[in-house]
Amino acid sequence: MSNHLSTADEATQSNRGLSFKVDLQSYMLIIALVLIAVIFGIFTGGEFLSSRNLSNLFTQMSIIAVLAIGMTLVIVAGHIDLSVGSLVGLAGGAAAILQVWYGWNTVLTVIAAIVVGAIFGLWQGWWVAYRAVPAFIVTLGGMLIFRGILIGITNGQTISNLDESFKLIGTSYFPYIPGYILAVVCIALLVFGTVRKRSKRKSMGLLLSAPMFDYGKVAIYSFFILLATYLLNRYLGIPVPILIVALLAVIFIFISNNTAFGRYVYAIGGNEEAAALSGINIKRNVLWVFTTMGALAGVAGVLLTSRLNAATVSAGSNYELDAIAACVIGGTSLVGGKGKIVGALIGALIMASIDNGMSMMNIEAFWQYIVKGLILIVAVWIDISSKK
Amino acid sequence: MGEYALQMQGIIKEFPGVRALDNVTFSVRKGEIHALCGENGAGKSTLMKILSGVYPHGTYDGQILVNGQKVQFKSIKESQDAGIAIIYQELALVEEMTVAENLFLSHDLMRAKVINWNKIYVEAQKWLDHIGLNIDPQTKVGDLTVGKQQLIEIAKALTKEIEILILDEPTAALTESDVEILINLLNDLRSKGVTCIYISHKLGEVMTLADTVTILRDGQTISTDPIEELTEDKIITKMVGRELTELFPYEQREISDENVLEVKNYSTVDETGKKVINNVSFTLKKGEILGFSGLMGAGRSELFISLFGGFKGKKFGTVYIDGKETNIKKPADAIKEGLAYVSEDRKRYGLVLGMDITKNTTLTALNKVMKLKVIDQALEIKSVSVITDKVKLKAPSLEAKVGQLSGGNQQKVVLSKWLMNNPKILILDEPTRGIDVGAKYEIYKIINELASQGVGIVIISSELPEVLGMSDRIIVMSQGTITGEFLRDEATQENIMTCATGGKKREQSLVNS
Repeated sequence: MSNHLSTADEATQSNRGLSFKVDLQSYMLIIALVLIAVIFGIFTGGEFLSSRNLSNLFTQMSIIAVLAIGMTLVIVAGHIDLSVGSLVGLAGGAAAILQVWYGWNTVLTVIAAIVVGAIFGLWQGWWVAYRAVPAFIVTLGGMLIFRGILIGITNGQTISNLDESFKLIGTSYFPYIPGYILAVVCIALLVFGTVRKRSKRKSMGLLLSAPMFDYGKVAIYSFFILLATYLLNRYLGIPVPILIVALLAVIFIFISNNTAFGRYVYAIGGNEEAAALSGINIKRNVLWVFTTMGALAGVAGVLLTSRLNAATVSAGSNYELDAIAACVIGGTSLVGGKGKIVGALIGALIMASIDNGMSMMNIEAFWQYIVKGLILIVAVWIDISSKK
Repeated sequence: MGEYALQMQGIIKEFPGVRALDNVTFSVRKGEIHALCGENGAGKSTLMKILSGVYPHGTYDGQILVNGQKVQFKSIKESQDAGIAIIYQELALVEEMTVAENLFLSHDLMRAKVINWNKIYVEAQKWLDHIGLNIDPQTKVGDLTVGKQQLIEIAKALTKEIEILILDEPTAALTESDVEILINLLNDLRSKGVTCIYISHKLGEVMTLADTVTILRDGQTISTDPIEELTEDKIITKMVGRELTELFPYEQREISDENVLEVKNYSTVDETGKKVINNVSFTLKKGEILGFSGLMGAGRSELFISLFGGFKGKKFGTVYIDGKETNIKKPADAIKEGLAYVSEDRKRYGLVLGMDITKNTTLTALNKVMKLKVIDQALEIKSVSVITDKVKLKAPSLEAKVGQLSGGNQQKVVLSKWLMNNPKILILDEPTRGIDVGAKYEIYKIINELASQGVGIVIISSELPEVLGMSDRIIVMSQGTITGEFLRDEATQENIMTCATGGKKREQSLVNS
């Protein structure tokens, strides 16, 4: 939607068009996020914005955020994955079994869980790409199958008491000083990247957005990074899960913007027939998208099992819906071809904030479902009506 | 005659930043066929959208009179109720429904509590007879050719009481024979007193069909003249506002003797086992422009899609590129061999409309702008701008979405995309469909320039003047086989049409001679 508006913008004010194009939608999302923060902040007497709660909030959102990163790729490619919740449960369950029952060490267990996710993702991708069964059906089947396997291999029991090192993945914090160092490094990279990009565009004779705008953006981002680090440090430090999310986000944003695979995913979702006649191997790329999604579900499974220090048969239930909702709120189009990982992350944060804020206000759980459902519908409605 | 069916006076329509219509006057007499001509962006569509209520009263200035009565349409429904029927280039039929169902889709007959199917079929048959179409009303619309679908659209409009029938580029997708049926139908309707507004880029049809021609340019009415006072050249001059010395900038070139492409005994069978291409052999020389003519369904597009590796089905025969036997299984193979295929439907097969110009252009050639498997975005934009400058692409920025460009500029993006690969063989399927005269001319010039650089070029076109005007040599196909081949000097509209329609006979005579 923002793209639509902004390109019109671009036609009239071609100098500023570029920078507006990227960010209009993010602005709307950020405004929504700030609004939510302010509202909950007021209703909880500031408790919502306390260091302790923000730390919890970020940790809570991390699992859905990992899934939303992969789900963005899947939806942009024009597909859907309904099986990720079950796959999170299955990968997490596999990790617990390997460690608790068979005594595998943590590194091997983590790798195994990710591989389990990737293999099942690949298997679903094969059905979608090479057997042309609609993704909706394949992953609906997968949702049942993976849940079934999980119940089968765990004999329906909860498996708990993982190693201390495994528990650390989801529950430890990146301490005070290294946290600040990390924040400073991030900011330095941000500044360096912006300067380099500008000089490169300049040397190519391309349109540049106003320096104020680019550097202003860097300043705002830096401020938020420092603020977040400060707030989190006031509690226990930066939660490791959120660092994992940040790392994955950087990797996948890079993949989607700067690699052939990323470009092809957008082309396939945008117009599969044109992509095919452009020599793009549709099947292989779709297979990779699902495999990637599976691997990320594996990562999410590890995080979940680690945080709970247990694998249960119902672990991860409905996570696929939260992940899809995060993408859609973040501006990803279910028709395919359009969507951004950053948007999905903000979408995940919005969803987590609503859960968290409402429970803090002691609003009964059923309201959370109703409110989240309504927000999903309204978000898409805003998207559609702003297109006109 | 004499009385006006429609008068649009002093129409002004503004969009943010642009005045799309600037004091346009457009008057149509009762019972005439009135052609509305102009380049893309001249304001034809905007004017028709005002007339049909897409832009409701109040969003524009000026007044509209239908049969001398002032009207103010606030919605499409109101203009329909006033008897204005518009048929767009993109057909609005439900392909999965039958002809009869489509004809009466929004008719009272279909809104009855219990639908009387017999009555609908009888009524449908009446209308089909009326427009001279000999098909069963229970045929699925999706099974008909585009040309016949167009006629169904017209019949559908006629089922309602209409004052004015508007046809927007009705023949853009039609073959010569379907065009003829359409022209006959319109002539017939005129004799029955139906007023018709005809929007077309095809001036030949305008000359044979229209009584009066109004020309728009840059949102202004340039002239309204009776057809007797016009020639094709005069119309073009008025449309573009400058003299076009020639419609087709053909240049005599040195053509090498080397074959860049040789196809021998090539046949294809589709998934249902039907033989689509039957034993076709031909050659293409370096720097040659080879025209492929024929009716729709003659197998021309299918032949080249198959050669390009995009055809689902079996194929037989041998293909040599630069004298070497090749086996192209998928488009990626074809691209590697130096083939490029500009499809007839650029929106469906050529472009990702939601992506920007740069990304569309590098889709086939990402490896050229990657360093260590990473796309170098600066290099990418630079390489793209070199090519888009060459094809004279007009766009607000290379980061503009392709979906927002005009047809001509979209086609230039498709061309750019393929030129990124420096193709040896460029296949152009209906390269100028739905493109205005100015952009057409520019595309022809690009084609000539590529040919003079030694690129072997195939032009598949349903517009005979285009094939005749651009090609060094012309091959005619009918029903999956080659039925004739002419050098530039021998080719005429007549002998090409003979081969295109009388496929079998010609084959016989070739064998005999």
